[in-house]
Amino acid sequence: MEKRVYFKGWFLPVLLITPQLLITIIFFFYPAGTAIWWSLFNPDPFGLSTKFVGFANFDFLFADSYYIESFYTTAIFSSLVTFFSMGIALYLAVLADRLIKGAGIYKTLLIWPYAVAPAIAGILWMFLFDTQTGLISWYLGLLGYDWNHLLNDTEAMGLVIVASTWSRVSYNFLFFLAGLQAIPRAIIEAAAIDGARFWRRFWTIIFPLLSPITFFLVVMNIVYAFFDTFGVIHTITKGGPGQSTTILVYKVYSDGFVGLDLGSSAAQSVILLVIVGFLTILQFKFVEKKVHY
Amino acid sequence: MTGILSGTALSATEVHWWHAFKGRLGTLLAEQVDQFNAAQSDYKVIQNRKGNYSETLNAGIAAFRAKKHPHILMVFEVGTATMMAAKGAIKPMYEVMSDAGANFDPDGFIGPVKGYYTTTSGEMLSMPYNSSTPVLWVNRDAFKKAGLNPDMDLSTWQKVGNALDKLKSSGHKCPLTTAWQSWVHLENLSAYHNVPFATKENGFAGMDTELVFNGPVQIKHIQAMGDWAKEGKFIYAGRRNEGGKAFRAGECALYTESSAGYAGIKKNAKFDFEIRHLPYWAGVQGAPQNTIIGGSSLWVLSGHSSKEYKGVAAFLNFLSSPVIQAAWHQNTGYLPVTLVAGKKTKASGFYDSNPGTDIAGIQMTRKSTTSVSKGLRLGSFDQIRGMIDEELEGVWSGKKTAKSALSSAVKRGNVLLRRFESSNR
Repeated sequence: MEKRVYFKGWFLPVLLITPQLLITIIFFFYPAGTAIWWSLFNPDPFGLSTKFVGFANFDFLFADSYYIESFYTTAIFSSLVTFFSMGIALYLAVLADRLIKGAGIYKTLLIWPYAVAPAIAGILWMFLFDTQTGLISWYLGLLGYDWNHLLNDTEAMGLVIVASTWSRVSYNFLFFLAGLQAIPRAIIEAAAIDGARFWRRFWTIIFPLLSPITFFLVVMNIVYAFFDTFGVIHTITKGGPGQSTTILVYKVYSDGFVGLDLGSSAAQSVILLVIVGFLTILQFKFVEKKVHY
Repeated sequence: MTGILSGTALSATEVHWWHAFKGRLGTLLAEQVDQFNAAQSDYKVIQNRKGNYSETLNAGIAAFRAKKHPHILMVFEVGTATMMAAKGAIKPMYEVMSDAGANFDPDGFIGPVKGYYTTTSGEMLSMPYNSSTPVLWVNRDAFKKAGLNPDMDLSTWQKVGNALDKLKSSGHKCPLTTAWQSWVHLENLSAYHNVPFATKENGFAGMDTELVFNGPVQIKHIQAMGDWAKEGKFIYAGRRNEGGKAFRAGECALYTESSAGYAGIKKNAKFDFEIRHLPYWAGVQGAPQNTIIGGSSLWVLSGHSSKEYKGVAAFLNFLSSPVIQAAWHQNTGYLPVTLVAGKKTKASGFYDSNPGTDIAGIQMTRKSTTSVSKGLRLGSFDQIRGMIDEELEGVWSGKKTAKSALSSAVKRGNVLLRRFESSNR
């Protein structure tokens, strides 16, 4: 018979989960609830008059073709940032894992960009690619290529993707490296003795064994691309040219903090909340089944 | 002991002022405050920087909601309609002055500046602080290098167009660049050619105003700029004043930017530069009219004690005094917002030793303002400017014609105006 361990009484369990519960309530449920509440109103900036408008804020948003466009922009941006930052991180982690000499130095250097805040990362990349004074754009000019992310949509999108990817690779690298080091050497050595070459070992053994980490990172990176890349966009393109790099979270900011349109801004954050929640549920329902723990 | 304490700042009433200035402007502002505090002992003004213009307005609004707001808030001209609509949040300037029994004359301010912050019934709601207007900055050395006479007439866009052709054909990389594209090339362009930017006197006469900046004059100008962009004669540098970097470095020949660019250009330019009037299109009836202002004004927020408002009145009166205003104008390139300050500067010989610094003032005051040249009063205007920026970028990149871009900006902006109207009714 199975023997279960359980604690009597309720005081200790409640005490133990209280801090976590409080944090969740104060920093998640309360703000999210407030956003949902305000999305039904159209207040003036000073809070002098607040009118209940029902779903008018949502109607207003979905009547705007630029807002709909922003969904495509966000989808392209998020999927490319997630793909590249994870792909590059995995490649670097595999290389670093096989290092014999100087592994510590390489690992430390690869982790460094994680210490750089997204806004700072944006400014660094902007300096390199500034259309007038940027180092890289100057070299491109020597090669006869006229770099101008101020007016070229594709270049602008490329630049914010590169900057966002760069500042995320370290984080992913850390997790992948830890995952790789947790794989028992004996399995890999057995495969090697059986004559499997590196890439065969990678795809048939290492990659499947990494899948819990990969899954976790996919969820985390999509959340990152949706929310934390705001600083990069703000410093490099401010959503332009036109609205070609205006991702959803940037529009929440610019309508709320620049436009002082709190109703619309609240409605947009509710929409974002729903999308990210939905994506996460989808991932847990369908992708997680393929994960080997 | 008591004798020492009674005269010190301990008994002084505090007046808080939130602003958006850093660097040289921040230093000059702090000096004004120190001067006021040293000159009297009843009040103590405490200044605080809260970020850029948008961030300062935001900080003020958030503080108002939390009932922790300052007495004086610096608001950029774009936020004027937002502040005017917030009736319960502000204490109009004229009221602050009359309550305090201060001797204050709104007619002492120059017309276009006063008009911007005054209701149609003649009540001045905020105190003009820093005001500037766009002018044309010329790199004379670049003209010489291109074989052009730097003294050539650049008063009209037609003539500027000829100069751009020559600069380009001589191999110049950046014949023309600009700062604040919407402010210079649409808002000021409209006033300067005496055509409306929006109905209802550009919003002065009612919140039910609609944007109309897709008229023939505006389309012609934006299309010309678009063509110049395509031909490499107009170089787009960004939505704010990013173009200034290239101009100050001597890389651009012509630059349309606020007269307040003076301090920076004078300090950094290692070439012979000159200030000219903003060009206009010859052949447009009524042009050149007058240009309009940009900058900020000081709003007094409601909910403080009458003793504190007395201090506010004293401080604002101090700020608009001729000595302070003349020094501010000469140090920064902002307009002398009072008539006396302008006269004082002229009498001191400043304009003779700093040629061109009087251009902005002349450009704004040589004609009296019309119903469409006194300024703009539009809600959500910071956002509308963002939309204009987006659409203009479409023209500069050649993806859109001037007509379709301006019409789209008008359409999108009108949606926001209606939304602003309904949330403030």
